[in-house]
Amino acid sequence: MSDSLKYFRQNRLPHIWCPGCGHGTITGAIIRAIAKLKLDKNRIVVVSGIGCSSRAPGYLDFDTLHTTHGRALAFATGIKLSRPDLKVIVMTGDGDATAIGGNHFIHAARRNIDITTIVMNNAIYGMTSGQYSPMTPVGMLGTTAPYGTVERPFDLAKMAIASGASYVARATSYHVQLLEEVIEKALLNKGFSVVEAVSQCPTYFGRKNKIGSAVDMLNMFKEHAVNVKAAAVMAPEKLEGKFLIGELHNQSAPEFTEEYQKLIEGVRRKFDNFQGGVRECAQNSD
Amino acid sequence: MTNAKLMQGNEACTLGALAAGLEFFAGYPITPSTEIAELCSEELPKIGGKFIQMEDEIGSIAAIIGASLTGRKSMTATSGPGFSLMQENLGYASLTEVPIVIINVQRVGPSTGMPTSLAQGDVMQARWGTHGDHPVVVLAPGNVKECFELTVKAFNIAEDYRVPVVVLSDEVIGHMREKVVLPEAKDIKVSTRATPEAPGGYLPYKADPDGGVPLMAPFGAGYRYHVTGLFHDDTGFPSNKGEVADVLLRRLQRKVEKAEPVIRDYAVESVDDCDVLVVAFGSSAMSALSAVRQARAKGVKAGLFRPKTIWPFPEEPLHDIATRAKRVIVAEMNLGQLVLEIERVVGGKAPVEKLGKINGELFKPEEILAAIMGGQR
Amino acid sequence: MSEQNKRRFEHVIRERWCKGCNICVAFCPKQVLELKNGKVFAARPESCIGCKLCELRCPDFAIEIHEVIEGKAEGRDAAHLDFSVSPEAEHD
Repeated sequence: MSDSLKYFRQNRLPHIWCPGCGHGTITGAIIRAIAKLKLDKNRIVVVSGIGCSSRAPGYLDFDTLHTTHGRALAFATGIKLSRPDLKVIVMTGDGDATAIGGNHFIHAARRNIDITTIVMNNAIYGMTSGQYSPMTPVGMLGTTAPYGTVERPFDLAKMAIASGASYVARATSYHVQLLEEVIEKALLNKGFSVVEAVSQCPTYFGRKNKIGSAVDMLNMFKEHAVNVKAAAVMAPEKLEGKFLIGELHNQSAPEFTEEYQKLIEGVRRKFDNFQGGVRECAQNSD
Repeated sequence: MTNAKLMQGNEACTLGALAAGLEFFAGYPITPSTEIAELCSEELPKIGGKFIQMEDEIGSIAAIIGASLTGRKSMTATSGPGFSLMQENLGYASLTEVPIVIINVQRVGPSTGMPTSLAQGDVMQARWGTHGDHPVVVLAPGNVKECFELTVKAFNIAEDYRVPVVVLSDEVIGHMREKVVLPEAKDIKVSTRATPEAPGGYLPYKADPDGGVPLMAPFGAGYRYHVTGLFHDDTGFPSNKGEVADVLLRRLQRKVEKAEPVIRDYAVESVDDCDVLVVAFGSSAMSALSAVRQARAKGVKAGLFRPKTIWPFPEEPLHDIATRAKRVIVAEMNLGQLVLEIERVVGGKAPVEKLGKINGELFKPEEILAAIMGGQR
Repeated sequence: MSEQNKRRFEHVIRERWCKGCNICVAFCPKQVLELKNGKVFAARPESCIGCKLCELRCPDFAIEIHEVIEGKAEGRDAAHLDFSVSPEAEHD
């Protein structure tokens, strides 16, 4: 960690997250992946929305942007399209990304814009103290689901793949080596990359659903996660009630900002006598 | 013969933005503003600028804030329903002091309303649409040329004061065409945000509490600073301290208060000796101007005051003129919004009469003339 | 494996950042770590095999494993700021 300590704003630590919260572990994995790839701190922009997850950028020594609830990907799209040379990372939560932010999530994926999106999924709204979210499993409790939620949660990975993301993976705060590995590949992928990082919220989700401590929740991840490679050779009934971890989709596709750059170059060749500023408007649109 | 052109209002907004140095547009189709987006999609690539049609208006304003943070002049354009969706992020830009320009081409509201018909019902929304006290500047073009001029001015104000600026146009101003002679590029004053010299010891929100404007570093240039929608201190990091919030919000407010006399913009017609002062802005002012001239022809001392800066409202000049008048008539295409401000400014020194119209059809000059003459019976 | 060439590890602990969540203690394969009044410490450092799972899983970046290389003086790492000093920026 010591060589990755320099990626933190150490005077801002210790951070705000509760003892045993998985968000710190995930943030550490992201930082280690960045350190391993030796990315230039001055060319990284980390964008987040609102919620526990979204406090992460405040602790990281990059250009960091803490935006409005659900809108991190839209802000990030503006940054990436405006400056495609910057490495843009979005750190978001299950509520931030899939509830209020769902529309921006599917469109960013559809465009396959080169943004690395880490969704810290603790299946609850932690910052507002424990409401259920679009990722809360059926029957689980939340302060707004006192009798258990009757809504079916998203399969975030399938949604991302269906929307057009070119790299999708899932890992957990227990499987830290795998988590770091898939984050690294997500950072390297030239296109929209999603890593669903399953995270424990002992304070609300763990306590409300009587799962126990952070350690108990991590053991729950350990028992319920199956690596996608192993699952390929397992009998379906063995996968009952389990979730897949590892690389779930990796298919490169044209990247939005590169395609738009080609468009610009094509247009400029056609209008090569162009000086910019106040000019003849070729076509009077109406 | 200079390059006179027949031009549409929306088109003039886009050309004004480009003249001001627009490099990034994000928007979403909505009548009656879509021509602005269409022209941006066509013109920006020619100069290496970027256009994106986002999935909604919330994403559009979010994207232009993001682009502005990388140092690029950015704009969006919309109408009532989209403007309503943009409010939260407009407040975000206001608190984080990120310069952006929003063209709002008003149409009949609320709700879907009458998309192709004229109204001026977003006056208060432009000022108070988002929650909480916050600075915002709103300019209102009264003809096609002003769509160009006030969009340039909007960018300059946004860059000078790091505040979101709304160009409050409307369906008539946006869609009508007029012969326009645009200034040469070299004659257009364009200002750009003040930036720090170099990274190192940069405090992103350090500024004179009395309306000071912090230096703005671009993302991706080695400053590695933090921007948040939470209240923050000079360092840019979140703070819950009462005194920090108090200093921050008062500074933001003072920015626009101090700017008012500098950015103040209005037009007048025969107000030196006017008994009946008509106040109108945007498309209504065209009809009001005709009515005032017809009244003068009939020997009635009528005058017109047309604010181009709506917020902050040009109180002083209106107060001087209105207190000399016997009656004040406020003609606006709504049930009475700007009139509330005028009543406040006139302060009872003259009766203020509301002349509203909400059927989507621009005032006929005769309707305003009747109101002017009405008082004469 | 004889006593001499057994690898040894040093546990760098930033007490002020540790929140005593017990994750490192619970998942250390060699039960090296324990909590003492809410802070982690290496109770049996000699059992440590340097797998670094504690460091990787720590949500607070409060523990770091360094291999002790004989003969190479383990100089003070300049990056190790004095963590007992509370940060000047307050927390909400």
